[in-house]
Amino acid sequence: MTRRLMEGSEAIAEAAIAAGCKFFAGYPMTPFTELLEHFAAKLPAAGGVCINAESELEAVGMAWGAVATGARAATGSTGQGLALMQESFSELVRAELPLVVFNLARGQFDYRQATRGGGHGDYHFVVLAPLDVTEAIDLTQRAFEIAERWRNPVLIYGDYLLAHTAEAVEVRAQGVTVDVKDWRTDGTGRARGGPRHISPIGMQAGIKGIDAEEFWQRLQAKHERIAAAEQRFEAEHCEDADVVVVAFGSLARFARHAVRELRREGARVGYFRPITLWPFPSDALVRATAGVKRIAVLEQNAGQMIDDVRLAVLGRAPVIAIGGISTDPHGFGIGTFFDPEQVRARIESALAARSAA
Amino acid sequence: MSNNVIRTDAPPTRAAQRTGEFAPELQLSVDHDLCPGCGEPLALRLVLELIEELGYAENALGVVGIGCYTALGSSIGVDMVQALHGRAPSLATGVKRMRPGTLVFALQGDGDMVNEGLQEVIHTAARGENVTCVLLNNGVFGETGGHMTATTVLGQRTKNTLGGRDAAQHGHPISLAEMLAPLGGSAYIARGSVHDAPNIVRTKNMLRRAFEAQLAGEGFSLVEILTMCPTGWFVPTARGPGYLDEVIGAVHKIGEIKERSR
Repeated sequence: MTRRLMEGSEAIAEAAIAAGCKFFAGYPMTPFTELLEHFAAKLPAAGGVCINAESELEAVGMAWGAVATGARAATGSTGQGLALMQESFSELVRAELPLVVFNLARGQFDYRQATRGGGHGDYHFVVLAPLDVTEAIDLTQRAFEIAERWRNPVLIYGDYLLAHTAEAVEVRAQGVTVDVKDWRTDGTGRARGGPRHISPIGMQAGIKGIDAEEFWQRLQAKHERIAAAEQRFEAEHCEDADVVVVAFGSLARFARHAVRELRREGARVGYFRPITLWPFPSDALVRATAGVKRIAVLEQNAGQMIDDVRLAVLGRAPVIAIGGISTDPHGFGIGTFFDPEQVRARIESALAARSAA
Repeated sequence: MSNNVIRTDAPPTRAAQRTGEFAPELQLSVDHDLCPGCGEPLALRLVLELIEELGYAENALGVVGIGCYTALGSSIGVDMVQALHGRAPSLATGVKRMRPGTLVFALQGDGDMVNEGLQEVIHTAARGENVTCVLLNNGVFGETGGHMTATTVLGQRTKNTLGGRDAAQHGHPISLAEMLAPLGGSAYIARGSVHDAPNIVRTKNMLRRAFEAQLAGEGFSLVEILTMCPTGWFVPTARGPGYLDEVIGAVHKIGEIKERSR
């Protein structure tokens, strides 16, 4: 099969469809808009449905109904649009529905939204942050599998660069198996041994009342199993590093490039990238930073992931921020420090700070 | 004295028959925990009877909103998805688009459909989704103990309109059925009631026409059902049907409002 030059938006839509996604609903907003356009153009021909929802509230509601029937379904927006969906997100976790959600965001301002959320209760999405278009294809397809394995929603967190950078890629179904889910509510429950009910408060067919505490405890136990099983990361040159740079998503691509360059020049610098923002790969980060003098967190916001880094290392090493707020005049998240020289300079400052200390 | 007259001055001549003993097959529980005199169990019963009568017991799905009636959700003997407050029409849309042959209905109260989720039901109707929305309208937030909703009629006393709903302070009630009828996507719109036997039969026929419109692919259908809430209306249980007829029904008028196929 040949590669084709595709921007991230198109590649993600193709990857989802190749993974058996049959439903998408969305509401346009830069830089998510093109993902919606590609689903609208491609999904009907693949036997699926794409709805131009009247708002993000309708989009997530429609996707909730579609995924409840057992179909692979997805929705998405930018972080601002996802802010409107937060109420439904927390309920989807408790309804145990494997929805896949895309945040093609205006930069990295949404780390807390992605990993903490603004809904009600103890809940988490599994959050995957791809580095580039190739990885976005892989993670999009894995997202459906992870979501179904745990019956828990999965969020793909990308940005303007991912959405609009064209790379030569190949999209194919990577060992995709779409199970016929017994839990599905598609109207046929009665013919399959009894009606199926899907409820975010644990209501069950034919059983009066609920046991709220038992229900919440059971979900929490599942979250702990997800947290143990699903941590993913990438690390390079950490073994003998004095400084390890921690970054995620598109910005990590710049960080990795700079670290490789500095390594070639003899600097003792390493690179660590959480691929899952939740569950955060804490144990791996502790191992990767065992001998370091300093951990430098490069993120495009006022300091959000740095909390998780500090929680992971628990004071074993100083943690400093070398990122910050950086965006274009429109606020689309195309930061001026998305620049190899600037990223290198920020990492060098972290190395220098160590020497001075 | 005729045998049809129920005598209260002597012991009954036959054992009492609970309506639950005649419950439809799809009603998984014959009793409920809602207040005495509540109209919502009657409305749900009509829906379940019809699913069975139309032969859709093994191909039907309900989306239930948030309100007192949510507690009846577990007694629904077909597949059910519980939605957030106001969001049921969108969930029903997603289900129907994936399962076009399934009979899909949403069950929502006035606080759910007309307050919290007004835009959802309007867009679903405008889109002409082949789903049936059932609005259980009692003009009050029953679950919180009797507070004003968007359908509360002028003059109606609630816990946050103690002197009665006043247009100057609280605005005017929304009659949802009339609001949705002009939309090109709506195929069947009607308002029924369960306050007496004739209206129960009439409402069941409305639901039948709504389901038939859905199954024929004619578009969106809404049956608004006025239901008694004596607790939320602060009237004696026995006064519920009369209050519905005279106060709620005087504003939200019972009848068929739109039928595209006729």
